[in-house]
Amino acid sequence: MSLPSFAALFRPSQLFTIRGGVHPETRKSLSSESAIEDMPLPSLIRVPLQQHIGAEAEPLVQRDDLVLKGQLIGKARGPVSANIHAPTSGRVIAVGHFTAPHPSGLPVPTITIRPDGEDRWGPRLARLRPEDAPPEEIAAKVAEAGIVGMGGATFPAAVKLNLRAKFDLHTLIINGAECEPYLTCDDRLMRERAEELADGIGIMARALGVQRVIVAIESNKPQAIEAMQRHNRALGFTLRVKVVPTQYPMGSEKHLVKILTGKETPARALTAELGVVVHNAATAYAVHLAVRYGEPLISRVVTVSGRGVRRPANIRALIGTPVADLLAHCGGLAEEPERLLLGGPMMGQPIQNRRVPIVKGTNGVLALTAGETRERDVMPCIRCGLCVQVCPVGLTPFELNARIQADDLQGAAKVGLLDCIACGCCSYTCPSNISLVQTIHFAKGKLAEEESRKHKQEETRRLAAARKAREEAAAEAKRQAMARRKAEMEAKKKREAEAAAQAQTAAPEAEPVQHGDATP
Amino acid sequence: MIHAAVSMSALGLGLGLLLGLAARRFHVETPPIVDEIDGILPGTNCGACGYPGCRGLAEAMAEGSAPVTACPPGGRDVALQLAAIVVPDADPETALSGMAEAEPTVAFIFEDHCTGCMKCFKRCPTDAIIGANKQIHTVVVDACIGCDACIEVCPTEAIVKRVKPTTLRGWYWTKPQSAFDADSRENAA
Repeated sequence: MSLPSFAALFRPSQLFTIRGGVHPETRKSLSSESAIEDMPLPSLIRVPLQQHIGAEAEPLVQRDDLVLKGQLIGKARGPVSANIHAPTSGRVIAVGHFTAPHPSGLPVPTITIRPDGEDRWGPRLARLRPEDAPPEEIAAKVAEAGIVGMGGATFPAAVKLNLRAKFDLHTLIINGAECEPYLTCDDRLMRERAEELADGIGIMARALGVQRVIVAIESNKPQAIEAMQRHNRALGFTLRVKVVPTQYPMGSEKHLVKILTGKETPARALTAELGVVVHNAATAYAVHLAVRYGEPLISRVVTVSGRGVRRPANIRALIGTPVADLLAHCGGLAEEPERLLLGGPMMGQPIQNRRVPIVKGTNGVLALTAGETRERDVMPCIRCGLCVQVCPVGLTPFELNARIQADDLQGAAKVGLLDCIACGCCSYTCPSNISLVQTIHFAKGKLAEEESRKHKQEETRRLAAARKAREEAAAEAKRQAMARRKAEMEAKKKREAEAAAQAQTAAPEAEPVQHGDATP
Repeated sequence: MIHAAVSMSALGLGLGLLLGLAARRFHVETPPIVDEIDGILPGTNCGACGYPGCRGLAEAMAEGSAPVTACPPGGRDVALQLAAIVVPDADPETALSGMAEAEPTVAFIFEDHCTGCMKCFKRCPTDAIIGANKQIHTVVVDACIGCDACIEVCPTEAIVKRVKPTTLRGWYWTKPQSAFDADSRENAA
């Protein structure tokens, strides 16, 4: 176990501070008082095979197959990937491509299921008694259930639970900050399912082998705090509920670690290097369902909100439910939204097509009206430095922006382009309405593309060299084969000639022997 | 028998020696820049430039008879690198003479027309085509360099060049307009 930081010695129970951040209007009251409701089965379910960071899953079903609820339909491919299960029973009507729930609207491999309405469960995953199961088995179960980080990053949860092998872990932090405005799904989950959640947290703590468990909740969720304090024991662990200030981006993994432990995670390093692992509250609930009941991750709580929606609500929806169905369930749209977002208003991504499905990482569907968005004219930078003050990772967004606008991507990378967590505080605070974070998004993508082109150039050279080597080896083998054949032919000729000569000289005596040999 | 063998060997040795000496005596120094250029070119010998292989292009470029933009599969990246060593004094952008940042292309095989003749399979310089005799062939998009070699050899014209499809992973937002851009556009209007 690593030593507590120097600062921690002086402030044993208090919180530390994070730099930067903003305080946007939370607007959570739109949906925070509506209890989680189940959504009726949609008429069509589209399950993308790429719902997580990493390689896309491999489809295991074909068109016209009948699937049962919870049946494995996509198998994880590679170490960083996740299983995909059928959200309900029905018939597979297509295994092909469909628009991704992504701003690009590009197609993604998708399995389309027409539910049969019976919602019949197939065989569940084998249950596990987490109290005495070895940690590896718990992690394996989480992987089998296809659980990914449900805060939005969608990193396979099992990979994080297996960090125990590489790092000396001592603390598990449960991220219940939910710092994005509008979103209330984790809040409702903590209020309504605190006991199950606590159990899930206990299971994860056991899998990680940590000594300390902290549940971090922002101060604007008093009921959730109370509920979690009531259920603060699970599997022999005491869950310490810590109230963190309401400040965006408190839900960022590294910032949560900083405010709770006082330790700063180095740039491009994992929090696990400090011995801390952060999991989302909703992930803990999914772990509870998978380990205790053998239920894979096939549904999640989604906040449908924004002033464009008639009846904002928190809905437990099946993965693959079309966004249009969710909006219809919430009374439809009150007016044509200015922007339709998946995720929160700060980091969420706009979508064009309302038929796209929700996926494992979708925590919100927001229909924002013109009054709620901040669509204003862009003005020149006045060097006020507000973006620098609010940047939670200590960058200079205006400088990054200037360099990117001048096409100096390498220069931007030198001043920390790749350390940006894309929280959007700079764009939010800019008095000139400069699209700072959007510019940074572009630059990151462009830089990655350049990287991949360079990689391809090297790969091409390698492929060409491999082909040349192979062709040379083939030619060499052919030459050798020819030489061998030639030698054989010559040897044969020689033998034949010798035999003929021998036969000629020894013909009279040899004849009876040959005759005898030929007819045994 | 022995006479023949000895005389032929002597002849062979003598001529070999002569050739060796001639090679030393009349050795032509290849300029080192040819090797440098050859190192930057993809090395696939695909023939898209019209010269006999990458080495041929490298020699032509060193002489100055081929422009730095002659390698289509290499695209802008390779051209920029070449410009830096072939015309080091010139501004790289002008050396590229407006070579646009072309969208990468890849080959695409129409499966209905493919007869499985293996011609493209054998021709592909990066082994980007997979298939077998009398089986439909297909292109591995990640390995294809868009050199057109397969299009030329296909007897049924089943292969076309297409813009490389954007993947979800490769997609990114377009560059937002800066205030300066907006102003200059207004002034221009």
